[in-house]
Amino acid sequence: MSETEVQKAEQPQPPERPSWFETATGVAESTGRALILPTLALITALILGAFIIALSDIDNLRRLGTEPGAALGGMLEEVLTAYRALFRGAVGSINAISETLFATTPLLLAGLGIALGFRAGLFNIGAQGQMLIGGIVATYVGIHLDAPGIIHIPLTLLAGLAGGFVWGGLAGLLKARTGAHEVITTIMGNFIALYLVQWLLTTPGLQEAGRNNPVSEPLAPTAHLPRLFGSEYRVTIGFLVAIVGVFLLHWLLFRSSVGFEFRAIGANPQAGSYAGMNVAILVTLAMAIAGGFAGVAGVNQVMGLAPFKASPALAASVGFDAITVALLGRSNPVGVLWAAILFGALTAGGRVMQGAAQIPLDLVVVLQALIVIFVAAPGMIRAIWRVKAAEEETPQLTTGWGS
Amino acid sequence: MTATKVPEQLAEVPVVVRTGADERRATIIGVILMVLAAIVLGVFAFGVPSDATSTFNLSLPGDVIQDVSVSFNSRVFSGVSAVVIFALGLERLRRRNLRWTNPALGIGLLLFVLAFLAWASADSSFSMVGMLRSTVISSIVITLGALCGLTCERAGVINIGIEGQLLTSAFVAVILSSAFGTLAGVGGALIVGALLGALLAWLAIRFQVDQIIAGVVINILAVGLTSFLASRVLSQAQDLNAPKRVPGFRIPLLADIPVIGPMFFDHTFFVYITFLLVIGLHFALFRTRWGLRARSVGEHPKAADTLGIDVLKVRYRNVIMGGLIAGFGGAFLALAQISRFEENMTGGIGFIGLAAMIFGRWMPFGALAAGLVFGFSGALAQKVAILGTGIPSEFMLMLPYVATVIVVAGLVGTARPPAADGQPYVKQ
Repeated sequence: MSETEVQKAEQPQPPERPSWFETATGVAESTGRALILPTLALITALILGAFIIALSDIDNLRRLGTEPGAALGGMLEEVLTAYRALFRGAVGSINAISETLFATTPLLLAGLGIALGFRAGLFNIGAQGQMLIGGIVATYVGIHLDAPGIIHIPLTLLAGLAGGFVWGGLAGLLKARTGAHEVITTIMGNFIALYLVQWLLTTPGLQEAGRNNPVSEPLAPTAHLPRLFGSEYRVTIGFLVAIVGVFLLHWLLFRSSVGFEFRAIGANPQAGSYAGMNVAILVTLAMAIAGGFAGVAGVNQVMGLAPFKASPALAASVGFDAITVALLGRSNPVGVLWAAILFGALTAGGRVMQGAAQIPLDLVVVLQALIVIFVAAPGMIRAIWRVKAAEEETPQLTTGWGS
Repeated sequence: MTATKVPEQLAEVPVVVRTGADERRATIIGVILMVLAAIVLGVFAFGVPSDATSTFNLSLPGDVIQDVSVSFNSRVFSGVSAVVIFALGLERLRRRNLRWTNPALGIGLLLFVLAFLAWASADSSFSMVGMLRSTVISSIVITLGALCGLTCERAGVINIGIEGQLLTSAFVAVILSSAFGTLAGVGGALIVGALLGALLAWLAIRFQVDQIIAGVVINILAVGLTSFLASRVLSQAQDLNAPKRVPGFRIPLLADIPVIGPMFFDHTFFVYITFLLVIGLHFALFRTRWGLRARSVGEHPKAADTLGIDVLKVRYRNVIMGGLIAGFGGAFLALAQISRFEENMTGGIGFIGLAAMIFGRWMPFGALAAGLVFGFSGALAQKVAILGTGIPSEFMLMLPYVATVIVVAGLVGTARPPAADGQPYVKQ
């Protein structure tokens, strides 16, 4: 996002003629009020997280009976050490910021895909599987294609996009043709993709020579993503690809006619159908594009970090974390960007916290889940903090399995 | 999608129409059966020497009646199976007796699997009863997950969080059982399952959070919290991750029956309770006032409300009951099946349970049958890996998920969920 856009967003505008940016992001409406809820959700989650850290501090819990003062002090010390490390690891140095953006990249890409699904009224739980399929297809191209980087990198990214596109599109096609609910087909698709990739990684052409376990050959050096801030910092141009994705999705959703149709069938498929839209094609396409975004997220996990090999664990839990990113970002491309940066920062900080304070990284997952619970149930935050946070609607997608 | 809705007042009358969809389905399944017949003949029958003998062992080492087994010529068996499957397929293509499409598919698949096993175990023996026994054991968590799901969904609340409920209750069961014994472990698991059920209900009913979102977040929370506590607490206190394995209980006499005995009557109490639960839940859903109320809330909450049923209370109660069932499943997983806690030890079994619920069409006995089918494919995957047939075990492990996609895509007929499933109810 450029300087001018930010300034534009902050300038008071006459309500009758909002700029494209404001209409798109809703920033102008009530920047302050819209931020109250996520901020309070974050604070509440951090407070609960502090209790979780303190109450799982065995050594101090054991001496709580004999010397309660020292024990409580010790617990507080533990919490403060942890959160200081979390903060330092997230934004404390250039390396920390690089790590934050590094962790943001896949979350953002997959989150954009899920956000697109939400807009079209589709709950895509299959980012995990789409990442795996995209990742494996791209790995094949990344290993076997012999071309200079300027061609090899885009082609490998496109291969990942294509893999995710097809895998996501299959779920869309099933929904369009048979009415099979996408939540079920994408959950099942995750497992099918996992076993498929596990098997593919044991086949010649992919599996690394001399291996028994499913790990691929390393990609050709020409398919490695260049680093963005020099070789010391891990963030790659994958982050720029993700930022391009933000603009692309924004354009697609709010500036193109197919995006309008996505949003129309998302709001009311019957109405869309009566208006002459081909709901079947739109559903398939929306799932396919969503899969394409996730596919690129999958490639990024192979092309963007050493040792540049694919494994069945390449998606880690990004596909699921991306659901929380899309929810926190309210399915808005720019919102998803901020949400991905927040969760990327938590992840990067969490890694430092794990190293420096021996607090397991899983705490970050708990924080993410709590934040999303609070954002999805604003009534809870309002009750806890006694504020009038902006009235936000949680997306209501579920209309039963049959539909 | 924009499916045509049957007007409410007409929905009561069962209209038997020979629809195009049923005929198309018969054709598709006819073709599938013929392909299966071709595989059985080409691969399984002619893939073995003409004098190869397959032996299925029907007794286990500890059984009272020893050395029961069936031996037969592999090629003859597969050849006959191929002919039968082919005939079934041909009969389907004539598009008559459309109600027999699914049974025909079932028989065809059963013969296919038997022919496959005959081929895989040609000139060696194969412990059929061992595989059937592990089928039953691995079906228990799946069945319990499905029962949890259907208890919630019959009242109109979708529960995607089964996986998280299983995982968290398994964690609690391990710790409490290690510290205070089995009974505490089971009790704690039940309580935690119910609490997570209550959280889901609270989010879905009080705050009207989208039910799938609530379930997904509960899963993420469960994975995060249990992994966090496992690596922070259990790694320092190994004695808390050593629950006593729950001993089995052989039911006298019944356990001595060949095949059926080891399959069903030589297990831990969890297994027997699960079977009783299936029967009890079926009776409760379809023969009691509680069941009628729950189902009416799931089908048409407004009508139920008009008749004086407290819709929200029924939903809270059912979702919490579902949580109890999932808690019991978690306790079984942690105390009888695996006997320790590992990070993310459920590994997607809650989602298979969800699939079994759909596969079993929201019926308790359907859930059990689906649990057994999915459990069988898991047991088969293990066997296939051991037998070394050259078929990657990954494809066997995929089966439950592929089967579920096929079911929801309507190949085995449309499964209709409760009408108000997933929809929040707001009193007017």
